[in-house]
Amino acid sequence: MGQTLFEKVWNRHVVKPQTADSPAVLYIDLHLIHEVTSPQAFTVLRERGLPVRRPDRTLATMDHSTPTTPRNLDGIIPVLDVQASKQLDTLTRNCEDFGIPLYALGTEKQGIVHVIGPEQGLTQPGMTIVCGDSHTSTHGAFGALAFGIGTSEVSHVLATQCLLQSKPKTMAIRVDGTLSNGVTAKDIILAVIAKIGVGGGTGYVLEYMGSAIRALSMEGRMTICNMSIEGGARAGMVAPDDTTFEYIAGRPYAPRGQAWMDAVNDWRTLPTDDDAQFDAEVVLSADTLTPMITYGTNPGMGMPIDARVPDPDRASDVSERVALDKALTYMGLQPNQSLLGQPVNVVFLGSCTNSRISDLREAASLLRGHRVAEDVRMMVVPGSQQVKAQAEAEGLDQVFKEAGAEWREAGCSMCIAMNGDQLAPGEYAVSTSNRNFEGRQGKGGRTFLASPLTAVATAINGAITDPRQMLEREVIV
Amino acid sequence: MEPIKTFQGTMAPLAINDIDTDQIIPARFLKVTDKNGLGEACFSDWRYESDGSPKPDFVLNQPQYASAAILVGGHNFGCGSSREHAPWALMGAGFKAVISTYFADIFRNNSLKNGLLPIVVDEETYQQLLSLAEEEPDTAIIVNLEQEQIVLPDGRAVKFPIDGFSKYCLLNGVDQMGYLLELDDHINEYEEQNAGRVRTTQAGD
Repeated sequence: MGQTLFEKVWNRHVVKPQTADSPAVLYIDLHLIHEVTSPQAFTVLRERGLPVRRPDRTLATMDHSTPTTPRNLDGIIPVLDVQASKQLDTLTRNCEDFGIPLYALGTEKQGIVHVIGPEQGLTQPGMTIVCGDSHTSTHGAFGALAFGIGTSEVSHVLATQCLLQSKPKTMAIRVDGTLSNGVTAKDIILAVIAKIGVGGGTGYVLEYMGSAIRALSMEGRMTICNMSIEGGARAGMVAPDDTTFEYIAGRPYAPRGQAWMDAVNDWRTLPTDDDAQFDAEVVLSADTLTPMITYGTNPGMGMPIDARVPDPDRASDVSERVALDKALTYMGLQPNQSLLGQPVNVVFLGSCTNSRISDLREAASLLRGHRVAEDVRMMVVPGSQQVKAQAEAEGLDQVFKEAGAEWREAGCSMCIAMNGDQLAPGEYAVSTSNRNFEGRQGKGGRTFLASPLTAVATAINGAITDPRQMLEREVIV
Repeated sequence: MEPIKTFQGTMAPLAINDIDTDQIIPARFLKVTDKNGLGEACFSDWRYESDGSPKPDFVLNQPQYASAAILVGGHNFGCGSSREHAPWALMGAGFKAVISTYFADIFRNNSLKNGLLPIVVDEETYQQLLSLAEEEPDTAIIVNLEQEQIVLPDGRAVKFPIDGFSKYCLLNGVDQMGYLLELDDHINEYEEQNAGRVRTTQAGD
């Protein structure tokens, strides 16, 4: 029987196979670290007198607790939060002491950890990649096995470059067909999660396949894999193809010359074999997909943007009714209401889900010539300094600024709201990020997750808007 | 890590599905470089008013649950972020185990590495334990890791699944790092056979 993409990558990295008494020992090719989930891991190394085994397969950046406010006259991004400042200093010292390369705040390669790996060409097909961050699943878009780990596991990888892992099951997510104008990768993944539920992927690695996935750019595939964890799956993967190779070619860490040819030949052997078996399969049609939006307090509570908010009285069981009641109360929404026309206070364009250059281009193309509604604060936060520089070279920053949006420094920003960027209690936001949990974007804040196009359409009208209405009137280039 | 022996504890009921780690410990409390003080912030937004006073309705603020060692929560407990601060916070708040019908993968892994026992039970047992916790908050159950079972007050024993390796580590109070460090020869051999991988210190140009 043939093997799946996941099984091929897994098998390549088994240092010691799983037995009845112990999980498999899996080798990790690339370990990404950041300031929030690494300090206690370095403390463990210090306590035990251990070095970092492979600092040359480790990379650090600053993103979670960093401000995205403007630079001062010296070109420095000031960190006013004392605790955050200490956390960043701790990362700097740890990287110095253990010899780990660091993209420090405000330097030219700094950015969100899941933006910089692909951007530098560090993320490549067939690799194992981990980080103390659940959205590490993003890197699976390249046909890598990439997943989030806890801080104890961060210490394991720092010390041994290995992890103890039980082999997960596999789930195929097949999306065939063609997306309509105004429907994007973000809408695909929100629809997938609405279908399988926020826990439906627990215990599985997902593989996204089908003609609609193949037609996506690498950045679209990253958006999809990024949110695998929101369906409960630690990892999501897409088989590498020419789109993948074209994206990687020429990036700083991409192989060169003969090594490139060898690498591509090897990567072409990775896709799932025709006769491979998955433990589960989910099928979705891209043809009928619409822009999606969430109405509740987890990413599984999503619906087509022109649908109505579900009625708890029609829930299939008691626990679902309770959950829905609780969510609608928190969100301040009524059963059966439409979300179209729902006023919002903030529009957030950013996060490891949707802050790459294609997201900014798409958003700017719809925003050009319009203004952000008077009562709305729109924040645009590029995923990395490189994305920011590229956007500025293309004049996208001017489009955002002229429309009245804020053009910020790179970081996680309002996706995690631990860096000064946050909603006030009760405020509504349409956000291109990945989580609408209670308080996720600020205590008492209320989040609608959607695509960059929906975010921009909403920013212009000051209320939730189906981007297709605006696209009908304009030609998007 | 302290070895986990058989223990008795009362239960706190939190009958909500999909409790995410942002609720267990909101992100604004993650700006720490150690594990101290997280117990105070556990479930902070559900537990405290904005002026810091306790919300009387929340289960952990009710005196009958003040000393509960076992949290009973709805399915998919611990979904969302990979923050290990979640089990650190729950342990800081006095919990030794969480019972649910299933756990999010990363939370379960993180819990096992810290000696917070994630106990999976079937739906019927879950409902029974919830009722027991709500109606008789002073009644303790027994958690017996060696036997892989919980024992209810009526004497009924319910098995729970746990992988043998985690169980061994928890029973003996050993962490998994030691095991990995002993595999140095295996890791060296693997690295020799797979040398040509990407290196962060060697950019192509």
